Amino acid sequence: MKYRPALFWFAALTAFATFLLIGLGGLVTSHEAGMSVPDWPTSYGYNMFALPIKFWTGGAFWEHTHRLLASGVGFLTTVLAIWLWAKDSRKWMQWLGVAAFLLCVLQGVLGGLRVVWNMNNLGVPHGAIGQSFLVILSAIALFTSRWWVNSAEAKLPAVPRGLRSHVFYLTILIFVQLLIAATMRHQHAGLAIPDFPLAYGKIWPATTPEAIAQYNAQRVEINNISPITAFQVVLQMVHRLVAVFILLGVVAAAFLARKKLGGADGLAKFAWFWTALLITQVGLGMATIWTNKAADIATLHVMVGAISLLVGALWWLVAMRRTALTEIVPAGQNRNN
Amino acid sequence: MKKITVFVGLALVSLCASAVAGDLTGVVSFKGTAPAEKELSPIKDDPNCAASYPGALPKTKFYAVSAAGELGDVVVVVKGLPAAPAAAGTAPLVMDQKGCLYVPQILAAQTGQKIIVKNSDTCVHNVHTVPKENTAANLVQMPGGADLDFTFDKPEPFLKFQCDVHPWMFAWVTVVDNSYFAVSGADGKFTIKNVPAGKYTVEATHRKLGVQTAEVEVKADGAVQNFTFAPK
Repeated sequence: MKYRPALFWFAALTAFATFLLIGLGGLVTSHEAGMSVPDWPTSYGYNMFALPIKFWTGGAFWEHTHRLLASGVGFLTTVLAIWLWAKDSRKWMQWLGVAAFLLCVLQGVLGGLRVVWNMNNLGVPHGAIGQSFLVILSAIALFTSRWWVNSAEAKLPAVPRGLRSHVFYLTILIFVQLLIAATMRHQHAGLAIPDFPLAYGKIWPATTPEAIAQYNAQRVEINNISPITAFQVVLQMVHRLVAVFILLGVVAAAFLARKKLGGADGLAKFAWFWTALLITQVGLGMATIWTNKAADIATLHVMVGAISLLVGALWWLVAMRRTALTEIVPAGQNRNN
Repeated sequence: MKKITVFVGLALVSLCASAVAGDLTGVVSFKGTAPAEKELSPIKDDPNCAASYPGALPKTKFYAVSAAGELGDVVVVVKGLPAAPAAAGTAPLVMDQKGCLYVPQILAAQTGQKIIVKNSDTCVHNVHTVPKENTAANLVQMPGGADLDFTFDKPEPFLKFQCDVHPWMFAWVTVVDNSYFAVSGADGKFTIKNVPAGKYTVEATHRKLGVQTAEVEVKADGAVQNFTFAPK
């Protein structure tokens, strides 16, 4: 396997565009604008790419630009898949490119069907696939990077199994947290609990029908959000609890990495970056509540959540690579895959 | 001959029924302090909409309480009458989109009754219904575009109409399976005309304040039933 800088940077560009697309998708949901353009793949009856600019207003601005950027990511992903198939000698990489392409198509169709079928629930898998797609594209960028191709020569120490497992399960937990968050957001009910650190003034809020009716009576919604339900209140409490577990888990991962690998090791530093990211994410979660779910803050919360998942996944892949090379390849011998 | 007898019989029954029908009237009041309404600040993000408000921006209208404490936008329904969709000649209801707001915000319609949605604005709207019992729809309506017609077959309280281009735009239509209903006005008053004489449960529902019921006997000279809501 030969390092191809152009291929690597193209994969990185595709991943970055996908990250921006997740942000734009977050803005669509944060602005409650997902159904503002009722038709698809046309927009207000026009060819999507020819929609007059006078219609790019209000919620339609977010939804339409999301569709345009999604088309751009679709184009980049198609080129990337073809490039990998043509130039990457690793069979599994060729098929990973195909998988990314198919996932991209599925994601686009899912986004379209969410509109034409008028189904809020499709927003949850649409969000989850978007996050997974970012991880796959970033992994492709990692697998085509100079570090990956030349890593055998670096003679980096293996990562202990316990640490790898810790990060692996923590990353799965972050993904579960993102599913919970996507479910919360696609209820289109705004903040189910408007205060923090307490919840309706209590450690655990009442969820009786009378209490829910009272919460709804006290809400003065500016946007077209639905009344809240007991399920949504419980879901936000679960989201808060899982956030605590994740933060503690990431802090533990950073200390473990420093202990097992040494403070100067790249993965130890990466784990500290992960910790900083999670602290930021918890801060953004609190700010989302304190700003009554301001669209920009809520969307930043989505984007940092996506990076948190990505960092966990990339950390684990790098750890697996280092360990595999150490276990299989005798010291000093090069590998080319 | 048999058909003529049935027809005459039905006509007589109908005549008798209308002869012993009366109007149900009342006033809905509010006691206490309602949560403060909020300014619809996102309106300023869309120049087309902001142009309608050179001065102060409008506020939410969840609690239409008058200075004298009368409560508007309460849907009052007579329960226990036979279900019947709107007759063919029933006048349609009209809901306009004006200044990027739905006018009125609370409506009540009979099953099968046509609801006409207009767009008096200079910008595009999408009219998105979010029912729980009826069929959903999401239609684009260009400025100056044709009116949109909606009918609903099943009774449903507070069926939401919303615009996702302008997410502060929403309205609710309560669909009732008989013609004996009304929405209280800004003065809290309501009138339900020609209720057949009899004893009924009357239900008054405010979208935020919930439901109140009362047992009412309607006689030929009508009946009066007032309701008083309080904050939860």
